[in-house]
Amino acid sequence: MPGLEDLYQELILDHYRNRRGEGHLDDPTVEVDQNNPLCGDVIHMEFKIEDGKVADVAHTGEGCSISRASASMLAEGLPGCTVEEAFDRVERFRQMMHGEEIDDEDLGDAIALQGVAKFPARIKCALLSWTATNEALLTYQSDARSNGDGH
Amino acid sequence: MALTTLDPEALRADFPLLADDGPGVVYLDSAATSQKPASVLAAMDAYYRETNANVHRGVYGLAVDATDRFEAGRDAVAGLVGVDREQVVFTKNASEALNLVAWAWGVRNLGPDDEILVTAMEHHSNIVPWHIVAGITGATVRLIPVTPGGELDLDAFTGLLGPQTKVLAAAHVSNVLGTINPVAELAAAAHGVGALVVADGAQSVPHMPVDFAELGADALAFTGHKMLGPTGIGVLVARRELLESMEPFLGGGEMISQVTADGATWNDIPWKFEAGTPPIAEAVGLGAAIRYLTDIGLTEVRAHEIELTATLLDALREIPGLTVYGPTDPARRGGAVSFALDGIHPHDLAQLIDRDGVCVRAGHHCAQPLMEELGTPATTRASLYLYNSESDVEALVRSIHRAREFFDDV
Repeated sequence: MPGLEDLYQELILDHYRNRRGEGHLDDPTVEVDQNNPLCGDVIHMEFKIEDGKVADVAHTGEGCSISRASASMLAEGLPGCTVEEAFDRVERFRQMMHGEEIDDEDLGDAIALQGVAKFPARIKCALLSWTATNEALLTYQSDARSNGDGH
Repeated sequence: MALTTLDPEALRADFPLLADDGPGVVYLDSAATSQKPASVLAAMDAYYRETNANVHRGVYGLAVDATDRFEAGRDAVAGLVGVDREQVVFTKNASEALNLVAWAWGVRNLGPDDEILVTAMEHHSNIVPWHIVAGITGATVRLIPVTPGGELDLDAFTGLLGPQTKVLAAAHVSNVLGTINPVAELAAAAHGVGALVVADGAQSVPHMPVDFAELGADALAFTGHKMLGPTGIGVLVARRELLESMEPFLGGGEMISQVTADGATWNDIPWKFEAGTPPIAEAVGLGAAIRYLTDIGLTEVRAHEIELTATLLDALREIPGLTVYGPTDPARRGGAVSFALDGIHPHDLAQLIDRDGVCVRAGHHCAQPLMEELGTPATTRASLYLYNSESDVEALVRSIHRAREFFDDV
C-alpha cells in the first residue's frame, strides 16, 4: 500500500489550511456547481473571463483536505491562462490523476497531488474542482458562440 | 463485568476474514455489510457442488433437492421474524423490497391529494422509491424531522399525520445515528388514519430480536448481506392480505399461474413476487446465516452490542474535539455510531486510520436529508456487530489519536 506521505504532503495541507481563491467574485462570467454523489462533497466555482483569458477564479465548498486543497491549487494557478490553456491544464491534471505520464509544466502546486493517483478512492476528491472548471469553460465557450451568432 | 456469554474473540475463528490468519483488519463497518462465517460459505459451496439445479421446475431428484434447500432458507427467515413462510418474499436486496411496495402498492393506490411521511433519518432506499411514486401519482413526500438529540420528533410526526397520510416509511434503526425508532407506536398512530406502514429493518433484524407482529408495520424490508449472509438476496415480509391484494411488481417466469396470448394469472404468494430464477444459493446462504445467528441468540447479540456500544461511546467522548451524533443511551440505540472530529474531514480520518487496518465508513451514508438536518455533509461512522470486541474499540481510539498526531504534524 502506498504511504500516507504520498497523499498528505505539506504543500497540500498548506493549501487546505490557507485556501487560495476561496470566496466569491463581484461579477463572474461563469458560475458552476459540482458535487460528488459518493461522499457528499460540494463545490461552487466562479470564473471571471476577459478577452479570452481567465482573469480570476473563486470557489466555496465542503470537502476533505484533498478536495479543498485541489480547488485552492487550481484557483491559484489558473488566472492568466487563455481558455485553451485552461482546458489543456484540466486535461493534463485529469491524466495525472489516472496515473498517466504527463508534462508537468504549468500545473503549479497541483503537481503535488500526483500521489493521489495511488489512492483510487480519493481521485474523485482531487478531480472535483477540475471537473467543475471544465464544465464552466464549456459553458463559457457555448455562451460566447451563441452571443457571437447574435451579432 | 460481562452481562453476556457471547465471546466475540472466540467467534472470530468462525469468520475467515477476521480469524487470526486473516488480513488482520479491525472491521467496524458492519452497518455497510457484515463479514461471513465459514458455515455460510460452506452451505453455498455445498449447494453448488451437491444439488445445483433450477428450483420449482424440474421433476428430477436434483431439482427437488435444490428446491428444498432454497425453500428452507425461506422457512429460516419466517421463523426469525415470526411469520408464515408465504409472507416472506425474496428480492435482490432491501432496496428492491422497498421498491416492490412502492411500485406494487404506492403507484396503484396514491393520488395528488395524498401524502407520504418519511422520517428524515431514512436511508435513500426508503426515500427515493417514494419520490418516484410521488412523481408518478402527484402525491407529496413529507419529512418527519429529527430532534437535536438524534431521535424522531414525535410531536412533529403527530402534527404531520392526518387523513391525507397514506404511507409512513420509517427505519426501525437508523444507519447513521443508531436511533431505534418506536415503530409500533408510530404504526399504531399511522394505522389510526388508515396509512400503510413500511419499515426498513436493514439495521435492526441483523442485530436484535424482531417480531413482525410486534413491530406493527404492514411491510418490513431487510437484506441478507448485513446479517452474515451473502449479497444478492433481500427480504420483504408483509401482512398476508397486503401481499394478496397487491399486483405483481416484476413479471416473468415463476410468478405466473397461467399465461395466454392475452394475459396471465398470478401464482400464489410469495412466488407472485418472485419473477425469474431466484437467488437460490443466496437463499441457502441466508438460511445458514440465520442458523448461525439463532444458535447464538439475537437476545445475546443485542446484549453484547449494548455493552460494546456503551464502551465505544465512552471511549469516543474522551477524545478531544470529537462529537458523537445520535442517542447517548446505548439501550435506545443500535451499534452504528457516527461522529465528527474537529479539523479533520471524515474522508481524511477514514484514510488515515486505514493505515492501521481500521475499517470505518466516511460520507453521507446514503442519508443526505439527515446530513442536512445535522448540518454536516459527511460523518465518520463506526458500526459494531457480534464479532467486535473491546480490543476493536481500543484500536479505533488509538488510531484516531495517531491520525490526529500525523495530520497536525504535516
